[in-house]
Amino acid sequence: MNNLTFGLTMLVVGMGGTLATLLLITVLIRVLVACFPVRPEHPDGGK
Amino acid sequence: MIETMLQAMESLFEGVRFLGTQGLPNVIMIAVAGIMFWLAAGKGVEPLLLLPIAFGCLLVNLPLSEVMAADGVLKTLYDFGIGNELFPLLIFVGIGSMTDFTPLLANPRLLLFGAAGQLGIFITLMLALALGFSKEEAVSVAAIGACDGPTVIYVSNMFAGLDKIPTAMVGALAVAAYSYMALVPVIQPPIMRLLTTRREREVKMPSPKGQISRTALIAFPIVVTILTGIVAPKGLPLMGMIMLGNFMKMTGVVPRLSHAAENEIANIATLFLGLAIGGTMAGSQFLTRETLMVFGLGLVAITIDTVGGVLLGKIWYLLSGGKVNPLVGASGISAYPMAARLVQSEGQRWNKQNFLLMHAMAANTGGQIGSVMAAAIMLSILKGMGII
Repeated sequence: MNNLTFGLTMLVVGMGGTLATLLLITVLIRVLVACFPVRPEHPDGGK
Repeated sequence: MIETMLQAMESLFEGVRFLGTQGLPNVIMIAVAGIMFWLAAGKGVEPLLLLPIAFGCLLVNLPLSEVMAADGVLKTLYDFGIGNELFPLLIFVGIGSMTDFTPLLANPRLLLFGAAGQLGIFITLMLALALGFSKEEAVSVAAIGACDGPTVIYVSNMFAGLDKIPTAMVGALAVAAYSYMALVPVIQPPIMRLLTTRREREVKMPSPKGQISRTALIAFPIVVTILTGIVAPKGLPLMGMIMLGNFMKMTGVVPRLSHAAENEIANIATLFLGLAIGGTMAGSQFLTRETLMVFGLGLVAITIDTVGGVLLGKIWYLLSGGKVNPLVGASGISAYPMAARLVQSEGQRWNKQNFLLMHAMAANTGGQIGSVMAAAIMLSILKGMGII
């Protein structure tokens, strides 16, 4: 594999893969925050 | 008997004779160590790492030094924790323990700045290949764009272990990476000002609303670890260790381990790593054209990282109708929390009412994840290509 092919592959797949994975993590964070919301404190201290 | 005594005395001056005849590279490197001492101790530039690196550099360049010989103290440290990539990973456990992902979970879209902040890695890779570096050398140099010392050492040392790059290059890469990380407050502001208008810099961003539950904060490092293991298993040690440290901190049930990770373990690993890296800086191997090119490309990498982040910020500014301050994009690198504080102070410089810190912290922790993910993905691609 020549250097140009290698470099372009790393640029496209590497940068694209990083972006796609971080996008996926963004979605997963939203799912986590939705699944585990902050529970409001009970006015009488939970009794 | 007198002859024996003269011979014995003569042996005491062998070092001086060595310096006089073939020791010019050593003298230069001792001067370099002196500059690093001044930067670390006098100017406070990344002293935790630069100080031991400088001392290791001094030790290895003293005439007839045997610290990097087969059983030398620095060679032993190198084999014990650099040759097998242990020390960078231990430091990552500590970094994970020191990191708070709450701002990121409160504003997850800012994680995308952590992707833009890695643009320098891939552009520098292309440049390094164009300048004649081998594929493995180019990847190692490009890793400086991660703005993350342990990642640079981890990636480059993997190639050094396979004899794909010279060991001395690991030292040059580490020093370049830590130097430029320390110089982020010098490198970034001119680029931020050059690429943005005053109106953009003055944009106020409201504080993120909503709290994050403890359960979500505990689950986050596990989710990221599993995802990395599936997408980029070659980088799992890097991401796994940083997330282990964060998991221990967030659960709150192992305060002793968490405290040890961010103090004793990180400190010991930092000291040994610095010394061993300094030990790779022997003048005869370090003073090459490639070393100068490494430093030049490292600067390019961090500059392009900043450009990538700010340009994404400008696009976001336009798409959001002027609600996102493009300066926040500059914090999408791994230099934590320095980059975030820099964005905060730069934002306040143009608008005293502006508090960008929480947004910048989110982008900055996103940069930490992004840099490790980019390295993990690069390693997995290389494995797929059969290069490692």
